[in-house]
Amino acid sequence: MKELATTPLSSQSSLGILKWVPRLEFVAIPIFAVICGFLIFSVFLILLGKSPTDFFALVYKAGFSTAFSWQNTLSRAAPLLLAALCVALPAKLGLVVIGGEGAIALGAVAAGAIGAYLTNVSGVIAMPILFLSAALTGAFWIGLVGFLRIKRGVNETIASLLMAYIAIAISNHLIESVFRDPASLNKPSTASLSEALRVGAMPIGIDVHWGFLAGLIACIVSWILVEKTTLGFSARIAGGNIRAAQVQGLPVAKLIIGFTALGGAIAGIAGFYEVTAVHGSANASVFAGYGYTGILIAFLARHNALAIIPITIMLAGFEASSGLIQRRMDLPDATILVFEGIVFVAILFSETLYGRFRFFKHEYWKADA
Amino acid sequence: MSDVTDIGLWGVPLAIIGGAIRVSTPFLFVSLGECITERSGRINLGLEGTLIFGAMSGYAIAVNTQSPWLGVLGAAFFGMIFGLFHGWVCKFKSVNDIAIGIALMLLGSGLAFFFGKPYIQPVAPDLPAISFGWWSEIEQVRTALQVNVLFIIGLIIALFLAWGFKSTKIGLTVRVVGDSTDAARAIGLEPDKIRLLSTAAGGALAGIGGAYLSLYYPGSWNEGISSGQGLMAVALVIFARWNPINCFWVALLFGGAGALGPALQSVGISEGYYLFFAAPYVLTLGLLIATSSPNKAMDSAPGELSITK
Repeated sequence: MKELATTPLSSQSSLGILKWVPRLEFVAIPIFAVICGFLIFSVFLILLGKSPTDFFALVYKAGFSTAFSWQNTLSRAAPLLLAALCVALPAKLGLVVIGGEGAIALGAVAAGAIGAYLTNVSGVIAMPILFLSAALTGAFWIGLVGFLRIKRGVNETIASLLMAYIAIAISNHLIESVFRDPASLNKPSTASLSEALRVGAMPIGIDVHWGFLAGLIACIVSWILVEKTTLGFSARIAGGNIRAAQVQGLPVAKLIIGFTALGGAIAGIAGFYEVTAVHGSANASVFAGYGYTGILIAFLARHNALAIIPITIMLAGFEASSGLIQRRMDLPDATILVFEGIVFVAILFSETLYGRFRFFKHEYWKADA
Repeated sequence: MSDVTDIGLWGVPLAIIGGAIRVSTPFLFVSLGECITERSGRINLGLEGTLIFGAMSGYAIAVNTQSPWLGVLGAAFFGMIFGLFHGWVCKFKSVNDIAIGIALMLLGSGLAFFFGKPYIQPVAPDLPAISFGWWSEIEQVRTALQVNVLFIIGLIIALFLAWGFKSTKIGLTVRVVGDSTDAARAIGLEPDKIRLLSTAAGGALAGIGGAYLSLYYPGSWNEGISSGQGLMAVALVIFARWNPINCFWVALLFGGAGALGPALQSVGISEGYYLFFAAPYVLTLGLLIATSSPNKAMDSAPGELSITK
């Protein structure tokens, strides 16, 4: 009876806050999990006779404190944002695609090989060509995974993994034969791109290339596509239950091929930036495992395109601190891998906590009021 | 060495047979392990990490005890620990088994690299091999038929598992749990416990697969020891349709195709080296496409498996 007595105005305003309470869960639980991961790793360090406070101070210093450390972190984040989307987008349709590395490699070779022939073309014309050729190559490669799935019933997980190895073999072959720059003796590469075809730093005071912005935009646009459009809604229905979606008359085949191709295009764009902004030519450094790290990020983000952004930045910051920790604390380079492994297991483990706290439910706050 | 040219191109199929046996063993162990886990309705993608940790721990133990077999046992033990951890974590509501597996891949390889640094230099005793080529005068035949004991053990485990899944109570229990959690509960089984044990068994076998890498072929410990065999073997289980005997053939096929490049190189054909390197993947993909059908997608898949649902 008391609840009924509250004035409409106050109940309205408290409802506004209440709306956000359940969403707080998605912030509070991961933060709690990360702290637990830090604590477990601290125990690991103490057992080794190393100081946890030194460790975390160095991670902060190298990854997140100065302009230079942010430069290091954000540069590493660029390809990972794009690689993670190649997993997260098909996942909306219930597909586990783990072969983004292949699209990155082929996208990079496409950009590098075509770019090598466009030496005297102005950047305004050449850049869109390179960008599109990398995106289309990636789209074809991962779209083929979707095509095989829907037309032939081929399991997409194994097909994408096999195709990633095949893509890397093709890339290596092309870089070492047809498109090899004869001048690249020790490390086979395509010919170096002319200055006009290089992507530079963003005008933000630190040396972070435009690929990072492309990654951010891709994440935001993907999120809008999935959460706010009819197309995304159809995809989520198909992801929940393919049969039901087919019965409803949804174009499941087109959705599957479309989403896998879009994921592949985004991974191909990661290859484009690796070539035009980082290496200046396509060589084996381009396939450094971003595709596989992207799988981890996408799963940590629960395939939510917006959640990919903070997780990628956190991971990139950890990786950026690896060198400093090696030098200052006399620990092997694998220390960061152990650290990341523990933190990520903790985050994934924490998924079981959702919905268990009354604190995050409307009813808890209503009863209090 | 003078024999190499004597048999000419016959060296190629011989090298492929030898290579198939040598290269396939880690695939065999990991895929058999994953076969048990997936039959119980869970998928453990972390076996790549388990394989690498098995390679390191097996090597370290063999260096310290001078016994390769203790190394294999130790690798199985640590593999089991990883499996138990995966099985235990995934028991909790809404924890994703694929995701935990990927994180454990990172953690397992991280721990292996971390603790493995002092063991990159020392030399461990190798696992023994049996010469099935004693009857032949030709060097290549004898090399090809040098069969490691673990390969034979792997074959026996494959046969045993095939029989076990079909004809034993434990095998049937695992299959029931894998096909339907509800049905298993209804007849009084404890799905979580059975999955825990199945994942532990899978981890132990993957650990042995890793010990084979460091203690026999290539036979040393370094951070590049696995080129994704653990991950690939997990995928091969899907291709093998969750049948242990198929796992054996698929591993052999994959190993044989992988030996094609080096075999051709040994007779002087080195053109397109990278394309030959892709042979096992192309072959598997081709077979996968040929044997799949859009209408009867994954009939034999365990019903509770998230990856084929």
